[in-house]
This record gives sequence, C-alpha cells and structure tokens, in this order.
Amino acid sequence: MTNLDTTVGDLGLRPSSRDPGPAERGPGRRRNTRRNSLVAPCSALAHAGAFGAKAAGPTLAVTYLSLLVLLPVAALITNAFSHGLSTFWAAVTQPEAVAALELTLAAAAIVAIVNSVAGLAVAFVLVRDDFRGKSIVSAVIDLPFALPTIVAGLTLLALYGANSPFHVDLAGTRLGVGTALLFVTLPFCVRSVQPVLAELDAEVEDAASSLGATRRQVLRRILLPSLLPAVLAGAGLAFARAVGEFGSVVLISGNIPFKTEVASSWIFSLSQSDALPAASAVSILLVLISLIVLLGIGWARRRFNVPEAV
Amino acid sequence: MHTSRIHPVKPGARSGPSRRALGRGLGLTALAAAPLALLALPAAAGAQSGGSVNLVSYSTPKPAYTVLAQDFAKTTKGAGVTVSPSFGPSGTQATSVVDGLPADVVNFSLEPDMAKVVKAGLVSSSWDKTATKGMVTDSIVSFVVRPGNPKHITTWADLVKPGVGVITPNVFSSGGAKWNIMAAYGAEIHQGKTPAQAQQYLSQLLHNAVAQPSSASAALQTFLSGQGDVLLDYEDDALYAKSKGEAVDIITPPQTILIENPIAVIKTAGSSAQAFVSYLLSPAGQKIWAEQGYRPVLSSVASQFHFPKPKTLFTIDSLGGWTSVNVKFFDPQTGIVTHVEQSLGVSTASG
Repeated sequence: MTNLDTTVGDLGLRPSSRDPGPAERGPGRRRNTRRNSLVAPCSALAHAGAFGAKAAGPTLAVTYLSLLVLLPVAALITNAFSHGLSTFWAAVTQPEAVAALELTLAAAAIVAIVNSVAGLAVAFVLVRDDFRGKSIVSAVIDLPFALPTIVAGLTLLALYGANSPFHVDLAGTRLGVGTALLFVTLPFCVRSVQPVLAELDAEVEDAASSLGATRRQVLRRILLPSLLPAVLAGAGLAFARAVGEFGSVVLISGNIPFKTEVASSWIFSLSQSDALPAASAVSILLVLISLIVLLGIGWARRRFNVPEAV
Repeated sequence: MHTSRIHPVKPGARSGPSRRALGRGLGLTALAAAPLALLALPAAAGAQSGGSVNLVSYSTPKPAYTVLAQDFAKTTKGAGVTVSPSFGPSGTQATSVVDGLPADVVNFSLEPDMAKVVKAGLVSSSWDKTATKGMVTDSIVSFVVRPGNPKHITTWADLVKPGVGVITPNVFSSGGAKWNIMAAYGAEIHQGKTPAQAQQYLSQLLHNAVAQPSSASAALQTFLSGQGDVLLDYEDDALYAKSKGEAVDIITPPQTILIENPIAVIKTAGSSAQAFVSYLLSPAGQKIWAEQGYRPVLSSVASQFHFPKPKTLFTIDSLGGWTSVNVKFFDPQTGIVTHVEQSLGVSTASG
C-alpha cells in the first residue's frame, strides 16, 4: 500500500524520470540501502538492459524503414552519379526531361489543390448527410485504391477517349492527364479529412450559430481551421501519388513527348533504352522536388499549431 | 503488494522490459523478417530439371505459344516436358534474364535485346549461325486502319498528309516502335530518297502522331479506343486482333521492313530446351506459327501460306544492321529520332 502511495506521489509531484532518492523511497525499499556498493552497478545494468529492450522497438522500426525506403533511394543516387556529374547534368537538362518534369509537377500541384477542395466537400457529405446508398458511395470512393492502375487507364480511355459515351474526347490532351490524376488521388483527400470531421464536436458549431454566426462564418472560423491539417495531409498524399502515377495516365495521355508525356513515362523509356544512369538522375530530381514539397506541406501543418492528423 | 495498475511513464525506471514491450519487439521483428523471408523464395525455386523448359518471350506471341506448347507435348521429344512461359515487353524481358530471371529459351522481338543477353554471357555468341540465322519467325510492318479504310491510306506518303492521325508506340520504351520507324525510314530510302529527306519524312510522320503509347499492345488499345486513323503494327499482331473480331482492316504498304524475331537457348539449359527450339523451327511448328499469323522462316512451309507480298521487302541489314541503327537512331540523348522529337517539341512545347 505504501509503495502504491509512493508511485502515485511520484506521478503527481515528480514528472522527471530520475530515481527517487533513498529518503523518498517507501519502507519496502529501505532494505536495499545495506548493499549500497552493489546496488549502483546492478541498477545501472538493469537500466541499460531495460533501455536496450525498449530501444529495440525503435531500432527495428528504423531498420525496416532503411531497408525498404532508404536503401533503394541510396542505390538510385549511386546509379545517377555513376557516370559522372556531366552525365547527370545532361540527363536532367535534356529538353524531354524538363518538359516531362514540368508537366508532372504542375499537374500534380493542380490536382492536389482541386481534389483537396473536392475531397473536403465529399467528406462533408459522407459525414454530415444521410441518404440511401451512402454506404455504397463510401465504398466506391475507395475504388481507385483497389483498381490496378492499368485497368483504371483502360477504363478512363473508354470513358473519355475517342469513343466516349459522353462525347468527351480527352485522349492525347493535358486535360486527360489531369482527369486520370484526379481519379486516382480523390480517395486520399476524402479519407484524410473524413475521420477528423467525424470527430469534430457539433456543439461548437451550434454554439457559434446560436451566437449569431452565419453558416459561412462557422465554416471559415471554426470548421476549416480544425480541418486544415487533415486537408493538407490529404493534399500531400495526393501530390505524392500524382507525381509517381504511370499506369492510369499513360494510356489516356497518348504519351506525346513535350505535350503529354509525364515524368514516370520518360523515366520508363530511359530505363528501357539502357540509359539507366539517366533514368536514375531524372528520378532523383523528381524525388528531391517531391520531398521539398512534402516538407513544405508538413511545415504548413505545424504552423497551424495543431497536432498532425495522420 | 508491490504490483500496481498504474504504470508511470519513466524510461528505465521501475522494472525491466514489460510484457507489452516484449510483444511489441516481437511484432517488429516479425515485420523486419517478413521481407527477408520473401527474398528466400527465389532461392527455394531452385534449378530446373530436364523435364521443364523456362521460356522467356516478348509479349505478342503469347496466344501462339499456348497452341505450340500443347502441340509440342504431343511429340515424342516433348512428351512430359512442361513449358513455363513468361511474357512481357521485349526489352524488359531481356533485362530480367540478365538480372537472373530463370530462363532456358529466350525469344525476343528484335536483335538488340538478344545482344544484351549474349553480352551477359548467357547465350553463345554463335547463336545466329544457324540455318535460319537465329530467327524463329518473320513478320512485316503493316498499316492497321478502320474497316473500309475511310481515309484511303495505302502508302507511306498518305501517312504524312494533313489531318491523318498516326499511332505508333514510343521508340524509347517499345521494340515494336523501332521496327515501325525503320520501316518508314527504309521505305523512303528504297524509294530513292536521300538520308536527309528520309529524316525529314520521319519528322513529318511523328508530327502526325496523335499518340505514342509506351508499348505495342498499349498502341493497339489506344487505336481500338477510337483514336487515330492508322496504327503502325506488326502484321501478326494485327492479324490476331482481326481474328478476335476487332474492327480493323490491314493494309500492306508497298515498301516495308522484314521483322525478324530471334530465338536462342541459354548455355546452361537442359536438352529439352534445345528440343523445344528444334520443334519451333520444324515444319510442324512453323505451320502453327503461320496459322497464328507469323511468316514462317522455313521456305517449305512459307510456300503453303499466302501472306501478302509487298513490292519492296527490305531487311534491317540494308540500313546498317541493328547494332549501328540502335545507337544512331534510338539513343535517348543523341539519336536521330531524339533530335526529331526535340525539334518537334520546341515548336509544340507551348501547346
């Protein structure tokens, strides 16, 4: 009982991690002070062992992350510079590469912004509204996740290609590239906002309304600030997915160099032409730019001073 | 009682690793071990016995090989032999074999892909010293048009007329595309044009390209989706599509290139592999190839089938051979096609 009190006391009065001194230990601990000479090293070893065991978790996680992500990126960097700096520079300044990178990054940015707004709207409908077939709609949102990208590409070509049942021919156009990217990135924007929206307390909005706030003011002053980190998280995921997308884009885009050829397709072409260092060089540049954008989004989320949604 | 339900969050204090931390550690170890276990799988696959043949082929002959493998099993040499095929883009397949994909017989779309495997020491450098020069099938580059040929596309000159939409795969990712480009270039040369004029023709052709899909099969899909007026494709691929009921007509251009598809046996393969290749080159095998739309390399079988005869049929050798053509035309940094695309792109980049 006394030890229990001591534990509670430690919790309440001493948030630090240091061991309570002899005077503060409960009666049960006084026995150990007789073997002072052995206590310190034994206790140190025990602490080391305990720390080691608890560090095993993070160590394993870091190892897994390294093997899966960092090692391939390191291999890419090695490959990119394997034939010297001049080859690297030639590969990233080649007109096709520049055009492909510009198209990919611009399309990904636009798609992330558009789908952030669209995803927010869809999440609102899914969380706040009730209608027949809501569960089906909710499941259908995840369809782009489940579809193999090449199937998505064939479907988009059939729907928005030359034989489109809606008489909308986007094949071979940049709008077609954008449409394909909107399709595959929507689930990210919806699913990142939906749980946060579901947990928001409607009472705060009701209080605001009762104090005279208009619907728009409630949206701008109360809802959006709480949702912004989640929206940004979804935008980041959408951007990352759009930058790397290949299968669903490559068919409807027509893959025309300097017009609708995306970076992933150009990199694929280079790798098929035995120009592996050039492919790695362009890949590394793409990874670097994407990393900068994602870090920027992370900074923006922290700036709004709300804990990360994901 | 020393035990307590309250767990103060103090690292290293109180007790050693709790059961919860152990469980977490075990879980993480399992996570880490999982990918390592996957790595062990290929090793477990092991070497192939004489009773099976690993066929690594380009993507187009998949339906043909289904029939061929069944027929091979009925022969004496083929009884009890399992043919395990793998299909994919020719260049990717060649790279995979070099990187360790188990293979006994390799069949590619064009010679440079075979050269990759020879360079890696997996195939003997005398692979092309056979009666058929190492080739197992032939074909030609054809025009695939809409039923009835509404735009009356019959010659190479028709392809560069304004308003004609051409579909040809991207030369840097597709082997089929290289045959198309060399057919176009060679057609001009064999009509008496100079190399500069032939290069100008390529520029006009690519200007009319409404799509340059990443592979020959993607190009066919794009054409069938309604885009474009004419698709440049292997004759055998077009014949297969037509036999499946797709709405296409096949036009044989007056000048075209002879597509030759190389085949070889890997040095370390068993005797069943050589038996399979011999079967593919035998009259019985070549007859099945011809029924599937491929031009036979055996003249005795070729005379039994009536494939369209173009006025001028030339080979890649008349244009310098693949070794030099591959670099001269298709190097992604310095090739002729690269320069053509770039000069086209500079004018269309703003569009």
